[in-house]
Formats: sequence, structure tokens, C-alpha cells
Amino acid sequence: MSESEAKLVCRDVWKVFGDGAAQFLRSHAGKATHDALVEAGLVGAVRAANMEVRTGEIFVIMGLSGSGKSTLVRCLSRLIEPTAGEILFKGENLLAASDKRMIEIRRHQMGMVFQHFALLPHLDVLHNVAFPLDVQGVARDKREARARQMIELVGLAGKEGFFPRELSGGQQQRVGIARSLAVEPELWFLDEPFSALDPLIRREMQDEFSRLQSVLKKTIVFITHDFDEAIRLADRIAIMKDGEIVQVGKPEEIVLAPATDYVAEFTRNVPKAKVVRVRSVMKPATGRMPRDSVSPLATIADAAPLFTGRVTRLKVVDDSGRELGVLERADVVDVMMRG
Amino acid sequence: MGAPAQAQNNTQPGEAEASARRRRGAVLAWGVAIAAFVVFWQFGKPLAAWAFKYPKAYAIPAQAWISSGMKWLLNEATFGLFTFLDLTRFTAAMIDIPYKLALSLLSTGFLQGQGSGAVQLLPPVSWIAVIAIVALLGWHAGGRRLALLVAGCFAFLAMFGQWDSAMVTLASILVAVPIGVVLGLLLGIVAYRWPALERAIIPLLDLMQTIPVFAYLVPILFLFGFGPTAAVVATLIYALPPMTRVTILALRQVPSEVIDLGNMVGCTPRQMTWRVMVPSAKDSLMVGVNQVIMLSLNMVIIASMIGAGGLGFDVLAALRRLDIGAGLEAGMAIVALAIALDRLSQAYAYRIAKPHHETAANKGFVARHPYTVGALAFVAVTMAIGLAVPAVQDYPDGLKVSTGPFFSDVVGWINVNFFDVLEGMKNALLLNVMVPAKRLLLDLPWFGVVVLLAFAGYRLGGWRLAATIGALSFLIAATRQWEKAMITVYLCGSSVVLAALIGIPIGVLVAERDRAWRVVQVIIDTLQTLPSFVYLMPAVMLFRVGDFTAMIAVVAYAVAPAIRYTVLGLKGVDPRLIEAGKAMGCTPWQLLSRIRLKLAFPEIMLGLNQTIMFALSMLVITALVGTRDLGQEVYIALTKADTGRGLVAGLAVAFIGIIADRLISAGARRVRQSLGLA
Repeated sequence: MSESEAKLVCRDVWKVFGDGAAQFLRSHAGKATHDALVEAGLVGAVRAANMEVRTGEIFVIMGLSGSGKSTLVRCLSRLIEPTAGEILFKGENLLAASDKRMIEIRRHQMGMVFQHFALLPHLDVLHNVAFPLDVQGVARDKREARARQMIELVGLAGKEGFFPRELSGGQQQRVGIARSLAVEPELWFLDEPFSALDPLIRREMQDEFSRLQSVLKKTIVFITHDFDEAIRLADRIAIMKDGEIVQVGKPEEIVLAPATDYVAEFTRNVPKAKVVRVRSVMKPATGRMPRDSVSPLATIADAAPLFTGRVTRLKVVDDSGRELGVLERADVVDVMMRG
Repeated sequence: MGAPAQAQNNTQPGEAEASARRRRGAVLAWGVAIAAFVVFWQFGKPLAAWAFKYPKAYAIPAQAWISSGMKWLLNEATFGLFTFLDLTRFTAAMIDIPYKLALSLLSTGFLQGQGSGAVQLLPPVSWIAVIAIVALLGWHAGGRRLALLVAGCFAFLAMFGQWDSAMVTLASILVAVPIGVVLGLLLGIVAYRWPALERAIIPLLDLMQTIPVFAYLVPILFLFGFGPTAAVVATLIYALPPMTRVTILALRQVPSEVIDLGNMVGCTPRQMTWRVMVPSAKDSLMVGVNQVIMLSLNMVIIASMIGAGGLGFDVLAALRRLDIGAGLEAGMAIVALAIALDRLSQAYAYRIAKPHHETAANKGFVARHPYTVGALAFVAVTMAIGLAVPAVQDYPDGLKVSTGPFFSDVVGWINVNFFDVLEGMKNALLLNVMVPAKRLLLDLPWFGVVVLLAFAGYRLGGWRLAATIGALSFLIAATRQWEKAMITVYLCGSSVVLAALIGIPIGVLVAERDRAWRVVQVIIDTLQTLPSFVYLMPAVMLFRVGDFTAMIAVVAYAVAPAIRYTVLGLKGVDPRLIEAGKAMGCTPWQLLSRIRLKLAFPEIMLGLNQTIMFALSMLVITALVGTRDLGQEVYIALTKADTGRGLVAGLAVAFIGIIADRLISAGARRVRQSLGLA
């Protein structure tokens, strides 16, 4: 994947709760340790967060409860005012934007999906989805037409007149997704969108989400506490612990080379073959090229069944037909043996 | 909260010893304080006479201050272009417009000309149409059963000849409720958005809710004039605080995600309030609307004293004539109206809007608004027929039933046959309990009581509470209200004790029996919806006037919260603890006394707190049946139109309420902490 430009950059962002937090940070020159904060009676919900979200990627922020991921995502959209730092959205520093400018940006360029759906109980599905457009003052015909389109997109056609309480959790979250997409946001925040759903529904919604993204190609910040979900959906993952980002990388990078014991704890039970992709273990093309081919983006688990009979090598060919290298049977076995 | 809980969990042997020492210390401190108090009371009189009777020379002339302040407001206060009085009179005139409209619709019809020379241009809405409209509302809100209930209640009004008075009362409510709801909502929103303002508003709301209504009737009379509009203003003051509180609470309960959503879609602050917050909080807000309606009804009845007319005036007039039958009839009409309004507004609060899955846009007007069209049709048809058939316009006199004589007979019969029994009960209680209690309280030195109360405040809540309570109780003495305040405390106290003695055992009995609890719940719900005025009639009927009658009325009014909180407390006890108790082999009695009552104790205390508040508000009304406490003082001030006197006595009642509330809340908090429930 080509490294495209950054849509959202987060530089040394802090969110510290407690009296005199800003002053404390200034006096410690941005080097406040966890212990120093605790001693001063402050809570460092987000500490020195640095990251960038590239255009068109799914950037997952993963952490357990209390790790500061929800606070961080709210800092990114300035729902919570960060104590210090810089947040650049398409080069514009959001923390310097006026209230009016923020309203403008949120109305037209951001969308958000919430863990507990945050549907308005007094509006039916159609009006919930049209609500962001209504707030902007879009004409009724236009906003309802757009809302119907979105409802269709998430597979709820026919439910326009239902109220949130009449829908199942999965259906409610589809409404939340449709609503957040109604304004065609450039940046799409999803705050643990599937955590409140049953495991089966969650799986279904994850697939649905992948399908949507393959059509929409949004820039996405996705929050989750579920490492498997992060692995399944992410282009890149940031792992948070105690308010700090401990590692950022592609899923396979994290699985193959966890930066700390904490991260390793998560990766231990992840079947490597389901995460590691062919491009990561392929060798440069040498000698005679094999006949059968495999995509560089396929996982090892996907590639394994191709080694039938006497096939010991596969040719790695991308979408445009370029030959990138070869995949050896031994390397595949090696990955699978590592669990 | 985490830290203390943790500390409790890992109690070390040393700590256990320390806590035992603390407990011994507390007992010792209380013992010393009470002993000192008793000694001072018994032997202090010759040494410090000032501590027993507040010296006149040092009294705070609050009455004079308030009266002259009122005079200044009336005669001199001005905003430059117009005076303060202009403003209030203008307000009254503005309220008068919707009131006249409501009254014309429901009662008088649309008139041209003045007085007896007036010509009726259009008759009022006929009784049949009114019943049809409330039935349709009932149907809309809660289905056929509710429709039948409210139609029945209104038909009752017509049948028993209370229709005209009831419609006058209803007109006041129709005007007061929307204004009260809107003002309360706005005040609540403002308080929610600016917390500094909330801190300023809350104590004001406390005062508005604890000052007896009679106390502010006089200044309202002066400012807004005698008549229904002044009554509406009084109603607003009375019904506003709960709506404001409910609004603040309801807005706080809106999930933070929904607020985030509002921000994320780029709501302006105004859109945030009106399109996100208020609609999301709608269900809780409707509970506030229900309260406003019920309190308005209560107040409109009381405000008959300043010319609101209607059912309240009928009760008042009957009380003055001691015409039990007529009073009881009007009282029952109030009950019918109260039940209809309460059930109707509750049904709207809990109503779930019927989903309309197919779009209604392509249907006709009639199909989209069946209820509105139905109601309008009823009004038009009955009006047309009513022109020809008078019985349709006005309920025919020939069909009216009067139960007044019947009830007078019943009361007469009871008094003839049971006079001795009732009188014996009354005298026994009066002579053996009430009078000695009264003597004792009157004998206590005010100074000692102030210090003891402050000490209690300190033990339960620290220096700040001690200062508040000391100051409030001192002010009661310094404004020379002490004796009357003590009579109020005695009446209120004996009523609360009696209410607790009745209410708590009932609560214990029904807490475990679901079916019995449902029945009791309906009864106390109904008791709580009844305006306080209604309670006076039966009490006067049986015991004539006096302290005992007042106490009976107060107990009847205030017993509901004692029952309710006992049941809620007992039901709230963690069932696992009860199971554990059973597993350990507790007898039912041990279960009740060692586990259930103990854990429910904080809740029961809060119920007691509510009982006290109810009792105080009722106590002032019982001034009508001849008590000699602060309530009587307020009532006398009302009849003499003495603003200062009424407000000072009213504030003293409020202070008693606030002292009791603060002490009990602090105590309940303590107990809850020590039980590990907080």
C-alpha cells in the first residue's frame, strides 16, 4: 500500500484532569511522568499522544477500558478540550479554531458513530438519519432523499418510520452508521461501534463495515477494546495503555514484533497465519518462476491451501499483474507452526 | 469514594479499636451535651433569664423591615420609565387575557357588556363536549379504560352539581400550568447551562418550597391585585420549583454520548438545547409536568382565599359555615378532578407514541387528526343542539344529585352514636401526650435548644452545617417567633410520630406482599394527589376544631411518604443478604430487625424527612381549624393583610423545615456510609 498523505495529525497531545493541569504540564515541559502526575493529584487520561491518520486508511486505536482511547478520540474531534498539544486536520490546527469554525468543520467534514448508538428517542429512523442535515438547514426534500439513500446503504430500507426503541441493537447501530455518513464526512470516527452488540451480530456488523468501507473509502479512526476486531479491520493499529500510545503499526508488524510485554500479551493467542500477509514473508524472485500465483495481500492462512500436491512455491502477483516475488512452502509452514 | 471503601475493607485490628474508641467518644460527647443542656434548663433560669425568653430590646425588627420594604416596592420602586407596580399590574393584565379566554370557554361564555347587562354572544363549551374532550384525551393517552375513568370523574362533577365551580378551577389550572411548565423549564435550562446560577437558584427553590403558601399571598395581593390572576401568580410560585428541579435533573441524565452527537453534527448552542437535550429528556420532563398540574390544583384550591373562586371557595365557605355536607361534596369534586388530571397527565408521561410505519402524508386531514376532529365536532354539534335543547348546554338541574344532606346526616349519626368514643380518644391523647409535650417544649430555653441543634449539626455534618442550623434557629428566636415555633414543632412532631407509628408498620407489612402493596400503592398515590384542603373536612367533621383535629388532618396527609419510603427501603435491600441471613438460620423476626430494617434505615429516615415536609405544609392549612402556632400567625397576617408579619412567620416555618431536612439528610448520609451503602 502506498503511503498517502496524512489527513489528521496528532502531535504531543495531552489530556490531564484535575486542578491546575495546564500549569503543571507547562512547568514540566511536557515531560510529566505517570508518577509525577499522580503525586500532583492529577489524572493523565492521554499522555504525549503522537500519531497520524492517512487518507483512506482504517486507523484503529486499541486499548482496554481506562486506557484513554475514548478520551483521545474525543480530543481529536475536540469534544474534549486537550490540555496541550496540536491536532492538525488537513493542515489546520483544530485547537486554534473558533467555536464557529469547529461547528463548520464538524457539520461538513466529520462523522461519528457511538458505542451506545446515541439515537434521538423522539425521532424515527428517517429523521434520525436526516438530523445532521436538518441541523445544517438543508431543505427537507434534499435531506430526506439523502437519508433514504443512506438507510438503503446500511440495509434498513422499509424501516424509515420505526422508532429507535423498536429496533434491535444491530439495527440501531446501522441507523447510527447511516446518520454519521449522511453528511459525507471526510473523517469518520467510530467509537467502539460494535462493543454493545452480541458476538454474532458483532461479527456480522464487522463484515458489513468492511463492505461499506470497500465502497466508500473513507478515512477512519476506529476505537475498540477488542484486539481481534482491531486485527480484522485495521490498516494500522495504535495500542494504548495508561494514556500512552505504546505501539503503532500494521497488524502483522504488531503481531510479529510486539514492542512491549503488554502488547505481546495481546498477540500471544492470535493465530499468526490469519494476520501475516504473503508480502511479509515472500522472497525476491529468483530462478524459475512457479506457475501458480497468489496475491501479496492474501494472508498465510488463505495461501496455505494452494500448496497442494507437489506445489512448493507460489508466484506473488499483485492486481496489476506485476511479479513481486515467490512464496516458499517452508516459510508458510514456519508461520503456521508459530501459532 | 473508592478510598474509604477500601479502608473499610482492610480494617486492621488497630483500626477496629480506633473505630470503637470513636463510637465511645461520640456517645460521651452526646451524653455531656445533653446533660449540660438539662442542667442549664433546670437551674439556669435565675442566672440567665435572657436564655429562656429572648429579650425584646435585642429583637430583630424583621417584620417592620419587610413591611417597609413592601411599601417601598409599592410606592417608590421604579425602573425609570415605569414603576415596579406598573410592571406587576401589567403582568397581571397579561395573565388575565388567557384566563378570561379559558373562563369564557369553560364557564361564562363569551359576553358583551358588563355585569348583569352583559349579553352572551356565544355559550361556553357544553358539559357534554367537555366530557367528550377529556374522554378523547384519555383514549389518546391511555386507551379505553382511561377514557372511561376521566369521563366518569367529569360526569361525577356534573351530576353532583359541582360543574360550574369545577370549571372555574379548571380554567385557572389551564392558564397556570403552561406558564408554570414553560417558566420552570427555562429556569431549569438556564441553571443547567450556567452552574454558578444553579448554586444561586437552588436555595431560592428550597425557600419557595418550604415557605407556607399563605405567607406570600399577601404581598401577591398587593402587587397583583385581588382575583384569579393573583391566584395564578401564587400558583406559579408554588409549582415552579419542582419543575425547575426536574428539568435540571432530566437534562443531567441525558447520556453524554447524545450530547457528543449534538456537538459532532455541529449543533449551535440553541439547537443543542431545543433539538437534542430537551427532546431526549422528554420522558423525565413529563413527570415534572404532572407535578406542576397537581401542585397547581392544590394551590388553586388554597388561593380561593385571594379570590380564585371555584371549588376551593366552596370548601372554604362550607368550612366557615361548618356545613359539613356541602364541604364534603366540594371536597369530593376536588378529588374527582385531581384523579382525572393526575391519571391523564401520567398517561401522557408514560405514553409511547404509536409508531406510524406507513407515511400519513397521503391521507386526508381527518385521518391524520382523528382526535382533534372528533373533539371539534363534539363542540360544534353540542353547541348547535344546545341552542335548542338547554339540557345539552347545561346539565339539567332535575338530574342533579345532592349528597350534602346525606353526609350531614351521616356525620350527625356518627356524632350522636360515637361522640363519647371519639371524644374519649381525643381527650386521652390530648391530656396524656399532647399537652405535656407542648408544655415541655415551651419550657425549654431557646438558647440551649439553639446550641444543642448546632451541636447536632456539627456531629452529623461538620462546622458548616452547625453554622447554618445555629443561625437559622437563632433567627427564629431573634424575630420573637420562638413560642409559636415551639407549638409548630410540637404539632408537627406529634403528627410525624403518629404518622410514623402508622406508616412504618404498614410499610413493613406490605413490603413482602406484592398484591397488598399494589393496593396500598394506589391508595397512597391517590392520597398524595389530593389537595391538602380536602383533608380538613372529615377531620373537622369528627373532632370539631382544635389541635387534635389539626393533628389528624396532618397525619392523614403526611402518612403516605412514611409508608412509601419504608416499602422502597425494604424492597431495596440486597436479596443476597436476606438469603445469607436465611442460610444462617435467622428467624423471620431476626431477618426483619437485624437485616432488613437495619439496611433500610437510611431510606426510612428520608421518608420521615418527607413526612415532616408534608406535615409542615399541611400544618399551615390547619390554621383554618384553630391552631395557635406559626401557621395561625401566617393566617392572621393574611386576614390582616400584614406582609411583614406573614413573611416573618412563614420564614420561621421554612427555617424549621430546612433545619429538619438538613439534619436528617446528614444523618441518613452518615448511616448509609457506616453501613457501606454509599
